[in-house]
Amino acid sequence: MTEIAADPMPQSAIHTSESARARLAARYRTERVFRFLGQAAIGVSVAFLALLLTTVVIQGVPAFTYNFASLDFDLSSERLGGPDEISKADFDGIVRDAIRGEFPQVTGRTPRRLLGGLISSGAPVLLRERLVGDPSLVGSSGRVSVPVSDFADLYLKGQITGSEYRDFTSPIVLEASGDGSTYTVTADQAVFGDVLELVKQRLLADAAALRQRAEGQARSQARIQSDIVGFESRLSAAEDAAESAGLTARLEQARANLDSVTAEIARLEADAADREARAGSAVSGEPMTDEDPSLLIYAADGVIRATHITATTVEGEAMLPVADPGSLVGNGWRLRILDVPESNRKFSDQEIVWTDTLVDRGEVASAFNWIFFSKGASREPEMAGVWGAVVGSTLTLVVTLALSFPLGVAAAIYLQEFAPKNRITTLIEVNINNLAAVPSIVFGLLGLAVFLNFFEFDRSAPYVGGMVLGLMTLPTIIIASRVSLGAVPPSIREAALGIGASRLQTVVHHVLPLALPGILTGTIIGMARALGETAPLLMIGMVAFIVDIPGSFSDPATVLPVQIFMWADFPEAAFQHRTSAAIIVLLGFLIVMNALAVIMRWRFERRW
Amino acid sequence: MSVAVEMAQTAADVADVPKMRGRDVNVFYGDKQALFDIDLDIERNRVTSLIGPSGCGKSTFIRCLNRMNDTIDICRVTGDIRLDEQDIYDPGIDVVELRARVGMVFQKPNPFPKSIYENVAYGPRIHGMTRSKAELDELVTSSLRRAGLWDEVHDRLDQPGTGLSGGQQQRLCIARAIATSPEVLLMDEPCSALDPIATATIEELIDELRENFTIVIVTHSMQQAARVSQKTAFFHLGRLIEEGPTERIFTNPQNEKTQDYITGRIG
Repeated sequence: MTEIAADPMPQSAIHTSESARARLAARYRTERVFRFLGQAAIGVSVAFLALLLTTVVIQGVPAFTYNFASLDFDLSSERLGGPDEISKADFDGIVRDAIRGEFPQVTGRTPRRLLGGLISSGAPVLLRERLVGDPSLVGSSGRVSVPVSDFADLYLKGQITGSEYRDFTSPIVLEASGDGSTYTVTADQAVFGDVLELVKQRLLADAAALRQRAEGQARSQARIQSDIVGFESRLSAAEDAAESAGLTARLEQARANLDSVTAEIARLEADAADREARAGSAVSGEPMTDEDPSLLIYAADGVIRATHITATTVEGEAMLPVADPGSLVGNGWRLRILDVPESNRKFSDQEIVWTDTLVDRGEVASAFNWIFFSKGASREPEMAGVWGAVVGSTLTLVVTLALSFPLGVAAAIYLQEFAPKNRITTLIEVNINNLAAVPSIVFGLLGLAVFLNFFEFDRSAPYVGGMVLGLMTLPTIIIASRVSLGAVPPSIREAALGIGASRLQTVVHHVLPLALPGILTGTIIGMARALGETAPLLMIGMVAFIVDIPGSFSDPATVLPVQIFMWADFPEAAFQHRTSAAIIVLLGFLIVMNALAVIMRWRFERRW
Repeated sequence: MSVAVEMAQTAADVADVPKMRGRDVNVFYGDKQALFDIDLDIERNRVTSLIGPSGCGKSTFIRCLNRMNDTIDICRVTGDIRLDEQDIYDPGIDVVELRARVGMVFQKPNPFPKSIYENVAYGPRIHGMTRSKAELDELVTSSLRRAGLWDEVHDRLDQPGTGLSGGQQQRLCIARAIATSPEVLLMDEPCSALDPIATATIEELIDELRENFTIVIVTHSMQQAARVSQKTAFFHLGRLIEEGPTERIFTNPQNEKTQDYITGRIG
C-alpha cells in the first residue's frame, strides 16, 4: 500500500474547479480546430479533384462523337474492278467524285480542292477497308458514311466560330451583276447598319494601331534628329580632313534616314486619318475584308457573302447560287454574322456554307466516334484512335502482373514467414524499401541497358515494357504483402501449427487467405502506378508512332499515358480534344481496375 | 519370445513409463533464462495441472512439450523431453508428426476463419486420416460430440466458426484438437476468457477426455486445478517448486511457497 500525498485541494474539486473547466474547454477547442482543419483539407482536395475532372470531361467529351458524311459513292464494279483488284482501286478518286457530285456548280481547280478538303483524307482508306472486308458492297447502291475533315467537325461542334442569325420579312432586291457570281442586295431599310457599325469599329481599331506605329516612328525620328545635331557639332570642331569627310558621310546618311522616317510617319497618319474619316462618315459604304466578321445573306436558296456594305445595300459574291436573280424577295431571308473573322480561322466562309448545306440535306450527321475507339495512332486527328494504346497498355500490364505478383508474393512470404532474422535479411529488407522509392526513369535506364542492349530484346515491345514495369512494381507488392501477412494474428498460425500443419500448409491454408485482400490492394496500387507510368517506357522505345494495333506481346506498341503525352504535343485543336478523351479512357481503365480489386477483395473477405 | 509375452511386456512398460518426461529442461529467451532445470513426469491418462503466478514459466513449459517454442526465433531449449521414451528434440524427429501426437488448445479461442465443419476437418484432412467424405463427416461429428458442441451446432456446420460465442469457440478448438486423435492434449489456460458456465462445461469435458487422452492443463484457478487434475505441479520464477498428487498439494503442501500460493499470499 502506498501513501497518498496530502491533497492540495479537496478531492471532489479536482474535476470541477474553474481551472479544470478551462482545461476541458481547451481540449474541446483543440478538437474543434482539428475537425475543422480536417474538413477543410477534404474540401480543398474535393474541389481540386472536381476541377480536374470537369476540365478533362469538358475538353474530352467532344472527341467521343464525330461528324460523318454519308455520300453517294460510285461503287460500281466498273469503277472498282474485279474482286481481286478492289484493294488497288482508286478510292481517292471515288471519294473526290462523290463530294464533287454534291456541288456540281463548283468549278475550277482551287474551289474543287477546297471542296474535296471537307472530307477526311482518311476516308479513302476507310472506304477501302470497308469494301475489302465486305465485297458484297461492290455494285450496291446506297450511301456509305465517312468522316468529315477535322476542321469541318470542329466547326459543327461550334468550336471554330460563333454566329448570329437574324431573320427578316422586309423585302430585298437581289440583282446579279458582272459575270453572275456577284450580286447586289438592296433593302428598303438600314438592316445592315449594325454590321456596318462593326466594320467601322474595326476601322477605328486599325486607325489606333496605325497611330501607335506612327508614335514608334516618331521616337526614332527624335533619336535621328539628336544624332544629326551631334554630328554637326563634331563636324564644326573637326580638325583634320579625314575625320570631317567621315562625319559628313554619316551626316548625309542620317539625313536620308530622317527623310524616310518622316515620310513613313506622314503616311501612317494619313492612313489613320482616312480610316477615322471613313468610320465617322454617316453615308459612305465600306469594303469588307477578311479581318471583319463575315456577313452572309441567305436568300432565294442561295448564300451571298458581303464584300462591300452600306447601311441598306450589300455587294457580295455567291457562296451558293441564287435561284432567280433580279427578283424581289418578299419574306424569309436571313442574315448571318460569323464572329471570328475569316483570316483568324482555318475554315473559310465557303467551307462553312458547303458544310451547312450538307447538314441541311441530312448527309452529314454526328455519330459515336467509333474511329477513336478502334484505331491506332495517326497524324490526322480524325483518323487517330486510342485503341492501339489501350491494347498496348493491356498487354504490358498483363506481363507486369504475371511477373510481379507471383514473384512479389513469394518473396514476401519467404521474408515474412520463413527467413531467419539476421543481417542479410535485414539488408535485403532495407534495400527493398529503398527500391520502392527509386525514380521510375531509373528502371527505364535499367531496361535499356539490360533488356535491350545486353539481352537484345525487341524495342517498343509490350513484354519488355511489362518487365520494366514489373521490376518497378515488385517492391510495392512485396512491401504491401509483408505488411498484410504481418497483420494476420499469430493465433491463427499457432492454431494451424498446433494441430500439426507444416509451415507451408499454415501459410498457404490460413495466413495467405487472410492476407490476400491486403496483398490485392497493394498489387492494385502498384499496377495503377504502372498503368500511369510514362518515363521508363520512353527509355525502351514505347514512345514510337505506331499505327497498327499490337496483336501480340512482341509487336511494337505504345501505352495510354505515352499516347496522351504524344498527342498533347500536337498543335491541332482536334488533338487537344483527343488528349483529354484519352485521359478519360485512362481514368476509365483505372476505375475498372480498381472496381475489379474491390470486387476481389469483397469476395475473399466473404470467405471468413 | 512369443507374441503374447511381448505384448504383455509392452503393456507393462506402458503402464510403468510416464507418457511424457522432462529432465533438466532449461529455456532461454535470448539471454534471459525462463525455466531452470525442470524435472517433471506427465502421467498417462491423467490430468496434470501446472499452477503458479504469472510469468512463472508454466506456459513456456507446456509449449516445450509440442515444440511450439520453435516458432519463436530467440527461444532456445536445452535438456531432455521424451514422449514415450523418445526424445522430441532429437534432430530426427518430425515436428509435424509430434504436433499431431501432442495437440494443443490455446488460452484465447482461435478458430480458423472458416466454417465449423472446416475447422474440425482441417487436421484429419492434412494428415490424411480419412479415405472418404463419409468417413470425414463421421469423424467431424464424433469430435464435435466429444467436445460437447454437437447439439448446439449440428444444424449450422457451414457457418463461420468465428461467429460462435467464446465458450463455444473454445469447445470448437478442443474438437479441432481431438479430431486428429492426439495422444497428449495440452491446454494453456483454456478457460481464462470464459464465463463460469462455459468454464464448467469445459471442465466436465476435460474429465471425460481423460479416459482417452493424457492431458496437461495450465490454469490460474486453484479450484479448477483441484477439480480437474490428478497431479499438480507448482511453478515459481521459472523453477518447479513442488509436484505431487493434486489432493496432497492442496491439503498438505511440503514447500512454504506452495503453501503461500495456494492460500493466496503470493501471486
